[in-house]
Amino acid sequence: MKSLSRLYTVLIFLFLYAPIAVLIVYSFNGSSSTVVLSGFSLKWYKMLLADRTTLKAFYNTLILAVTSSLSATVIGTAASVGIEKFRKSAFRSSLMAVTNIPMMDPEIVTGVSMMLLFVFIGRIIRTTSVLGFGTLLIAHITFNLPYVILTVLPKLRQTDKNLSEAAQDLGCKPVSAFFKVIIPAIMPGIITGMIMAFTLSLDDFIISYFTSGPGFQTLPIVIYSMTKKRVKPDMYALSALIFVSILILLILYNIVQQKSEERNSKVRQ
Amino acid sequence: MMNNRALTRARFIASPYIIWAALFIIAPLIFVIYYSFTNASGAFTLDNIRMLSKYLPTFLRSIWFGIAATLICLLLAFPVAYIISQKSDVIQRTMVLLVMLPMWMSFLIRTYSWMAILQDTGIINSFLTKLGIDPVHMINTGPAVILGMVYNFLPYMILPIYSVMAKLDTSMTEACQDLGGNRLTVIRRCIIPMSMPGVVSGITMVFVPSVSTFYISQKLGGGSFDLIGDVIERQFQQSYNYNLGASLSLVLMILILISMAFMNKFSSGEGEMVI
Repeated sequence: MKSLSRLYTVLIFLFLYAPIAVLIVYSFNGSSSTVVLSGFSLKWYKMLLADRTTLKAFYNTLILAVTSSLSATVIGTAASVGIEKFRKSAFRSSLMAVTNIPMMDPEIVTGVSMMLLFVFIGRIIRTTSVLGFGTLLIAHITFNLPYVILTVLPKLRQTDKNLSEAAQDLGCKPVSAFFKVIIPAIMPGIITGMIMAFTLSLDDFIISYFTSGPGFQTLPIVIYSMTKKRVKPDMYALSALIFVSILILLILYNIVQQKSEERNSKVRQ
Repeated sequence: MMNNRALTRARFIASPYIIWAALFIIAPLIFVIYYSFTNASGAFTLDNIRMLSKYLPTFLRSIWFGIAATLICLLLAFPVAYIISQKSDVIQRTMVLLVMLPMWMSFLIRTYSWMAILQDTGIINSFLTKLGIDPVHMINTGPAVILGMVYNFLPYMILPIYSVMAKLDTSMTEACQDLGGNRLTVIRRCIIPMSMPGVVSGITMVFVPSVSTFYISQKLGGGSFDLIGDVIERQFQQSYNYNLGASLSLVLMILILISMAFMNKFSSGEGEMVI
């Protein structure tokens, strides 16, 4: 039973990692073939570093992820504070239902519906190139918002209602009580929501595909247009680099988390 | 008096989001409906809705592929989630990270990589040829598309089931064992019913993207297994028939809503049965 479950786990992970292993191996391939291996080479990595469009797209993706996750965090945190105060009312439950829409709808429907809105606005203001950084930013903020709200709201519910009153009794103005007491208390939720929003935005293809224009392309969109033709192994090289950097980040995050847990348990002792 | 002021303040601080949601969540959906019932010049028409019957086979194929991928994911994921939940904390965390890690890589590239594996002259077939076995035609078939869906969405099934199982009260399973249940009985009568909430959210998290995908079918199906997502994508990016595209999206959205309502009903029914 034990060896059976071990074999099963190995097979599942083999399945999950097979295509990733393939692309890492072929990113070092001497020829551009994705079938025949012909010697070790770093030429695709060199080609990648010389490729202006890919690097520009990478830069665009980062800018978009940073701006959209930051804006979604600010708007979403403020919204959660408000929603928490609405208590049980028809307004609150309908607002929450609307918040769930971008998470439940298929991504293609979210993308298409936003594209229709932008195209309509474009027709009104008589431009043919309404799609660009602005529309992408709006789309990304929109699909990030529910994730921020749904991670901040539970934290707000956990915080003691008397905290802010206690701060006010001690002479704090309501606004500074909010920033000095409530915000630090819900900080873990805000950070989690922001990281989630950042990674979602970094990785998004489907919604970006319908809301971006030729003027501002993100990495997934550049990759998509390349996979329409034959993909050259420099894309494999790029993916290998992304994979390794995410792996390192995750390991670091894990170590930091473990250290802080150890510290906490020591403090408790 | 005080309460009123607090409410006003709450409305004020939430107002940017309320405006945002009205403009960018509600309004786009209204536009989907508006475009569905108008033609290119903006006049009311039912032509788009009438056109839909032409796409009935595509819709049916999408649903069928989506159900197949979801069921396979469920069968594969349930044992994995159970195995992970039985490990020690450190190993659990590492394995969960390993399940999540592929999701952070562009799914476009990973799907493309499957092409290299499945091609007629691809990695599997060149391996088979070396062994003296006749190559198998795999790419551009229905099963290849389903494989792509299973591959891409398997983590969405493993993670919710795992997170429910990890929180299960061990005293419950122990009680089940004490009452004379063997290993399989414990799993069947105790673990499976208690992890239903995870299963239900896993099913929706796999079914929705599978039914609406448009890239996987193009790459692994070679264009002969069009799904509804492919048709919608083409209306918006190639033939620029936004009105037909909008009506197709509307039907897809309604389809998803119905299946989710069905799932919710099904899951609460199950819960009552367990009690």
